[in-house]
Amino acid sequence: MLYFSRWKIYLILATCIAGFIMMLPNFLGRDTLAALPSWYAHSKVSLGLDLRGGSHLLLEVDMATVIRDRVEGLVDGARQQLRTANVGYTALNAGERAVTVQLRDPAQADDAVKALRQLASPVGGTALGGGQPDLTVSVDGSTVTVALSEVALRDRATQAIEQSIEIVRRRIDETGVNEPTIARQGTDRILVQLPGVEDPDRIKRLLGTTAKMTFRLVDVNADPNSGRAPPGSEILPSTEGDRYQSKYVIRKKVEVDGATLQNASAGTNPQTGEWVVNFEFNTAGANRFAEVTKQNVGRPFAIVLDNKVISAPVIREPITGGRGQISGNFTAANANDLAVLLRAGALPAPLKVIEERTVGPDLGADSIRAGLTSVAVGFAMVCVYMIACYGLFGAFACFALFVNIVLTLAALSLLQATLTLPGIAGILLSLGLAVDANILINERIREETKKGRGVFASMEAGFSRAYSTIVDSNLTTAIKMALLFIFGTGAIKGFAVTITFGILISMFTATVLVRLMMVTWLRRTRPAVLPV
Amino acid sequence: MFHLRLVPDNTKIPFMNGRIAGLVVSAVLSIASVILFFHPGLNYGIDFRGGIVIEARTPQAADFASLRHTLSGLGMGQVALQEFGSAQDVLIRLERQPGDDAAQQVAADKVRSTLAEAVPGTQVRRVEAVGASVSGELFANGMLALGLAMVAMLVYIWFRFEWQFGFGAVVTLLLDITKIVGFYAITDMQFNLTAVAAILTVMGYSVNDKVVVYDRMRENLRIYKKMPLRDLIDLSINETLNRTVGTSVCTLLSIIPLALFGGEALQDFGIVLIFGVVLATSSSVFIAAPILLFLGENRLRRGTPTDAAPGNTPATTP
Repeated sequence: MLYFSRWKIYLILATCIAGFIMMLPNFLGRDTLAALPSWYAHSKVSLGLDLRGGSHLLLEVDMATVIRDRVEGLVDGARQQLRTANVGYTALNAGERAVTVQLRDPAQADDAVKALRQLASPVGGTALGGGQPDLTVSVDGSTVTVALSEVALRDRATQAIEQSIEIVRRRIDETGVNEPTIARQGTDRILVQLPGVEDPDRIKRLLGTTAKMTFRLVDVNADPNSGRAPPGSEILPSTEGDRYQSKYVIRKKVEVDGATLQNASAGTNPQTGEWVVNFEFNTAGANRFAEVTKQNVGRPFAIVLDNKVISAPVIREPITGGRGQISGNFTAANANDLAVLLRAGALPAPLKVIEERTVGPDLGADSIRAGLTSVAVGFAMVCVYMIACYGLFGAFACFALFVNIVLTLAALSLLQATLTLPGIAGILLSLGLAVDANILINERIREETKKGRGVFASMEAGFSRAYSTIVDSNLTTAIKMALLFIFGTGAIKGFAVTITFGILISMFTATVLVRLMMVTWLRRTRPAVLPV
Repeated sequence: MFHLRLVPDNTKIPFMNGRIAGLVVSAVLSIASVILFFHPGLNYGIDFRGGIVIEARTPQAADFASLRHTLSGLGMGQVALQEFGSAQDVLIRLERQPGDDAAQQVAADKVRSTLAEAVPGTQVRRVEAVGASVSGELFANGMLALGLAMVAMLVYIWFRFEWQFGFGAVVTLLLDITKIVGFYAITDMQFNLTAVAAILTVMGYSVNDKVVVYDRMRENLRIYKKMPLRDLIDLSINETLNRTVGTSVCTLLSIIPLALFGGEALQDFGIVLIFGVVLATSSSVFIAAPILLFLGENRLRRGTPTDAAPGNTPATTP
């Protein structure tokens, strides 16, 4: 127990020195770091948003819209299938998760079911096939119901969130935020962390826009102010406000989809000096655009973004080059933002910000200062107490405590864990708990000494008896921290991480390192009584 | 060499004489806490209730009256203004806004722009807006963590000791936790995610403390086979008293700076931990040990035949 082999001593010292080296970059200046190899310079604790400043946004994908879109798509599909199969129907209605159709002739039910089954596509299968149909078709008298299956809904949700994450990433990358974190959380949420962003308004606006762009014809025969659109059309507001028209009647049929856009950029119109957004279609989009503009010369063609008409210019001549321009009362900033949105693509469903936590950089700096002051003062007070109570052995414990902090920082640096404000509190608290191990050991040694044991025997017994107690008390804390880590969010997780590291490392510093120091001291001085 | 001893050596304090008093005082305080929990209730922070917190720094000392007037005029329900740190720092709290999660965002933006207009040069240092769905989940997860931690402690101690120890520890923990909740109710401190972390920390500390005392009792049970349980418990507590007090003092010394210099965010945390450490230390002596005495009289020794050689009893200390 008290004997340390040579290699063990080297290993212990090497661990301490390695720890010191690994945590050093955290305290070096920028210039010094630049001169060091990058793998080493990057071995730093990453600061949480609460310490460095930045914005934490939790977004929720509106799954109701995703499902509604799918059901509406089903209505169109059903209409077409029934028409092709020559099945007469009186009513075709979209429900929450199903489409129902009333047949004119119940005898045609079988034909209807057969036709509607065609709408299903397999989900959950592999590349080799398999999977289940995403629809169930059932008949009740003359009513046929086409319902989305549970699997289909889940599949849709997964697709929607994955697609949303991709689009969010592209949009944020365009804004030039450094090191954003974009991660899926749960089934329908996206966590976005933006270090250094103090006012996240612009990003919230960018993310809050679906950016679903469509090119559709204007129903010129209907009156937009009548309040009721003819079948197949809808009344949409205009973003141009009172410059031209505040409302338009727009055909529901999408002539060209914004998904076929290849590029978009902001620019100015050389004639008017107004800000415009230039766009470019891919081949399929360009062909479709050329065809539509050829057939509809002289009629207004609306550019609709998220159910608002951006502009509705009259087609003067067929546009065959696959390029176009949107003009619509833009400022430089919103022309740019629109270009970003169009380039990045449309979100499958609207995103809502359901949680925001933004910390300004100077508050973060204040927090670091407050945290460091607390750690320094706490460490000093504990040291004074330990030395007052246990003298030299107390000083050993303080040194071990110092190594504990160093190794904790080194572990955080190595694992690139995030240090948060509660994390600093965790370091401080683990100081108190780490010193508990030394108190246990020292008290035990004292007891054994008082029982009249010799110097070595007291130390031996002190360490071995305190050991199981230390393991028990530390393990209970570790269990609790694991739970905090699993169920906690953000900052709380940081607290759990630092305490766990602090406690695990204290098992090493308080028992192994302190023992090494005590044994070395014993061998050097050969005291007759222990100074406890 | 002089060494500071907070507790004199070889104390023989008959702690178990005060067992009834300790349990009664503890039970009364815990019951009072439960009552306080329901009425007036806790001051739930935005983590659990939803709502908005904005921290702003005004260029000059903030004029609270006019700020309150301006912000109340926005029609967003109750607006709480609070000075903290310096006279320039204002903490603005808004109730959860009616409507969906997005309504919080709209309201937060409105407060920001109103502030910028009313007091030009105001710096918004922090904004937190939590919607209803998130706050509900955070609360559920927080409570789940507390519950699971409790079960985990019970199982761990049960596994390492006898069931009486596990039971005693968990009952003590329950009494401790209710008092911390009562402390939140009395001080009107914000009950949020940090509060859950604080409670879990105190729980951890408390169990840690009990484990050490229990450990000594178990050891003494094997050494002094004839000693009445009551004397044995007193002996164990007295033997570990220096450690118990020393560790509490050290932990307190490390936490006190949090309460002093930790800033608004960590101050409450520090204060609760100070309360918790004192509570946990006293409950190790006055609650956990008496419960064991009540449960364990005769029973704890049943599995240990008195005539067996010491070597035959399972060794717990290596």
